[in-house]
Amino acid sequence: MSSIQKVDRRDFMKLFGLASAGVILGCNVGADSKIYLPKVKVAFSPNLFIQLNKDGSIILMASRSEMGQGIRTSLASAIADELEADWKYITVKQATGNAKYGNQNTDGSRSVRTLLEPMRKMGATAKQMLVSAASKRWNISQSDCKAENHFVINLKTKEKIFYGDLVDEASNQEVPTEDKLTLKETKDFKYIGKKLPSIDLKDFTHGTATYGIDVRIPNMKFAAIARCPVTFGSVKSFNDSSAKKIVGVEKIFKIDRKKPGIGQQFYGCLGGVAVIANNTWSAFQGKLELDIEWDFGENQSFNSDSFKEKLTKRIQENGKVVPGSKGDVFNAFEIANQTLEATYHVPFLVHAPMEVPNATAWYQKDKIEVWAPVQDPQTARAELATFFDIPLENITINVTFLGGGFGRKSKSDFVVEAVTISKEINAPVQVVWTREDDIKHSFYHATSIQYLKAGIQSDGKVNAWLQRVALPSIVSSFKPMSDYASGLELNQGFTNNPYNLENFRLENVKAEAHLRIGWLRSVVHIHSGFGNNSFVDELAFTAKKDPVQFHLDLIGKDRIIKGRSNYPYNSKRMKNVLQNTAKIANWGKELPKNHGIGIAIHYSFYSYVATAVEVSMNNGKVKVENIWTTIDCGLVLNKDNVINQLEGAAIFGMSLALFGKVTTKDGAVEQNNFFDYQMTRMKDAPNITIDIIDNINEKPTGVGEPGVPVIAPAICNAIFNTTGKRYRSLPLIDEGLV
Amino acid sequence: MKKTLLINGKNYTVDVQENMPLLWAIRDVVGLTGTKFGCGVAQCGACSILVDGKLIKSCSTPVSYGVDKEIFTIEGTSENLEYLREAWNDGNVPQCGYCQSGQLIAATALLDTVQNPTDEDINKAMSDNICRCGTYTRIRKAIHKAVELKNNNS
Ligand code: FES
Ligand code: FES
Repeated sequence: MSSIQKVDRRDFMKLFGLASAGVILGCNVGADSKIYLPKVKVAFSPNLFIQLNKDGSIILMASRSEMGQGIRTSLASAIADELEADWKYITVKQATGNAKYGNQNTDGSRSVRTLLEPMRKMGATAKQMLVSAASKRWNISQSDCKAENHFVINLKTKEKIFYGDLVDEASNQEVPTEDKLTLKETKDFKYIGKKLPSIDLKDFTHGTATYGIDVRIPNMKFAAIARCPVTFGSVKSFNDSSAKKIVGVEKIFKIDRKKPGIGQQFYGCLGGVAVIANNTWSAFQGKLELDIEWDFGENQSFNSDSFKEKLTKRIQENGKVVPGSKGDVFNAFEIANQTLEATYHVPFLVHAPMEVPNATAWYQKDKIEVWAPVQDPQTARAELATFFDIPLENITINVTFLGGGFGRKSKSDFVVEAVTISKEINAPVQVVWTREDDIKHSFYHATSIQYLKAGIQSDGKVNAWLQRVALPSIVSSFKPMSDYASGLELNQGFTNNPYNLENFRLENVKAEAHLRIGWLRSVVHIHSGFGNNSFVDELAFTAKKDPVQFHLDLIGKDRIIKGRSNYPYNSKRMKNVLQNTAKIANWGKELPKNHGIGIAIHYSFYSYVATAVEVSMNNGKVKVENIWTTIDCGLVLNKDNVINQLEGAAIFGMSLALFGKVTTKDGAVEQNNFFDYQMTRMKDAPNITIDIIDNINEKPTGVGEPGVPVIAPAICNAIFNTTGKRYRSLPLIDEGLV
Repeated sequence: MKKTLLINGKNYTVDVQENMPLLWAIRDVVGLTGTKFGCGVAQCGACSILVDGKLIKSCSTPVSYGVDKEIFTIEGTSENLEYLREAWNDGNVPQCGYCQSGQLIAATALLDTVQNPTDEDINKAMSDNICRCGTYTRIRKAIHKAVELKNNNS
């Protein structure tokens, strides 16, 4: 971490527009390297701030987007704890998208992981300055002072001074260097690791939180865009005579596709016909009235059904061997007592966050201002600079609340659209996607086909594991002809599965992209989690072993694998979560008639997860009754937030297991809205029990995503447990089970 | 068409086409943005409001329906809604928060009609409201909690 410094108030005001006086501390946090991101130059300037005001209030400037993962609350808790602050004085303000704040990209479940320590140090620094100020006022040594609950206490006289009353003096204190800071012992934490209510609760329950779609600017217009049903198709001609008759519609024009240059990790936008109106609904209506002739382009023959067949055929033959393979699986198959093969399928999926993609933009001659629910404001900003030829420093992105993101809002195509339109009409405009737009024009979670084959010895042990994977790569969204999954994608549960395998061979099989491919909550782990756990369950059954014991044996002896990151894989922690889940699920207990139980484990975003699911079957329909999940994500900042995320992951996982599927016909997505892209509802919601392994001495790891990949396989394993029927293709609604 | 809408006890004059859905009149014309757009086709409940005490999906109800009636949105206040808010806080229900306006309005409608709802009642009343973040189990608990808070208070 770079050193913590006092920040000049004028600079600070430029960034945040806050005019109140107080002490402002800033520091610069280095960010993880980012895979799919353009390199944004980060100047040396702080990217984290805390401001202490005279009324005692403490404002934390968060540099990450809030989209339901509770990050603002978690980060605030780290500062408050070290600062010995009273929770009620803490507020969080969102930073605008600006390279000054370091990496603001919010995905990969990494915010807490990278920001915890800097946040704690910021809090400790501020505390030390307050204590130093108080000790000078009392003319006693600092060791006779103690900070507690927003006061500095004179240990000799028991006098106390409120933090707010120390602000002036504190701002004159030297900023202590890092080696002078003492951080709290974990056992003394007051907020970190405790249940804390979300800092934004009041706004959420009164409808006063401003999401992107709620932004209102004087004289703004509203826009809807008709995009080609086929990915990358374009407008040949259009007739807008009836659209123009809609009351409220003001202007209609064509916008061109903005295509990022090769190697630019940008998203551009699709283009289409834009309808500008004085309210959202008229824009939507106008769009429906358009009569457009499309040039469907190169993807018009893409049918997901035949693509599935094609991949299923391809997967029978050899693919490219992936580094990390070891031993000789073919020889091991020869000497095995028996072998087992299976093929699994996951369809395309779409994020469908409750708040549709939208952005408000105002293009003015040489500057751009945007208000939008974006997960990655810096990429958005860099894109705008490139596409509109405006200097980076003249582009401001105000990050609003996000009504869900799940990966969709890391791609800022909707921001590019809004700026394009604002430039054309010379006014501020809000582009709003309909739900149909969202489902039909997304960056989809890839489909996959996997083939697995294993050898089982006479003692029931697995002696060889062959896995072939075909999935369209995310890289295809940036680099044409990327027809194979990338190494980084395969490193999500395929090359780094949690098992101890002597003979292991992974093959990468060709899969072309005909849709825009993106990432969705837990990304490729959805495929690896489903394939691995379903197959292990099949193997356990074949070997006549209990699935939990079989998993434990497969994870094998205690070992630590270093890998390339700072987070080695520890097989002991994997076994521990599995055993804990078996315990809380009462694994092995007698189940009611027609009930079944299934287990799944997964290691992702450096966290360890095991889930058991109990289902019941009634007239051939499945009902998920109970879900028990254990997570070991190292040090936990905010327990209730982790529980909330894992509960949400269970529901998200259920949605994709039971209902989720995007299909295409003649290049166009067939699904429309929530009636045919269904998701879990209240009536489907099971009892959910979450257990967190208190691993206070390990670094914090991902929380938002790791709970997802286990759900689908655990459900399928539970169904097998009671019906004896194995489902290898998602979603289960296609099998008549829902 | 110039019409007056009575929303949360306050009159607003709007000049819109009769077939504009109430949702857009409330959000874009009146300017109360707490009521949310999620699907536009009565599938998700994000746009839930009460009209003369009846739960409706404002995205699929024309503005003309709301004229000369009492409209109640998340910006309003009622006894049951306040108990629900307290329970929502207590259970730390929201994640992204986007669906919660609709959830709270649907839950208000439930408590307005059923004094002490069972899980079965809750499933029935709340299954029109999608929460993509998956806060259902907390919502269920919070509704029970709101009833408890109310009973303890009377
Ligand atoms: S927006 Fe009205 S039900 Fe979804
Ligand atoms: S809290 Fe995010 S959709 Fe419900």
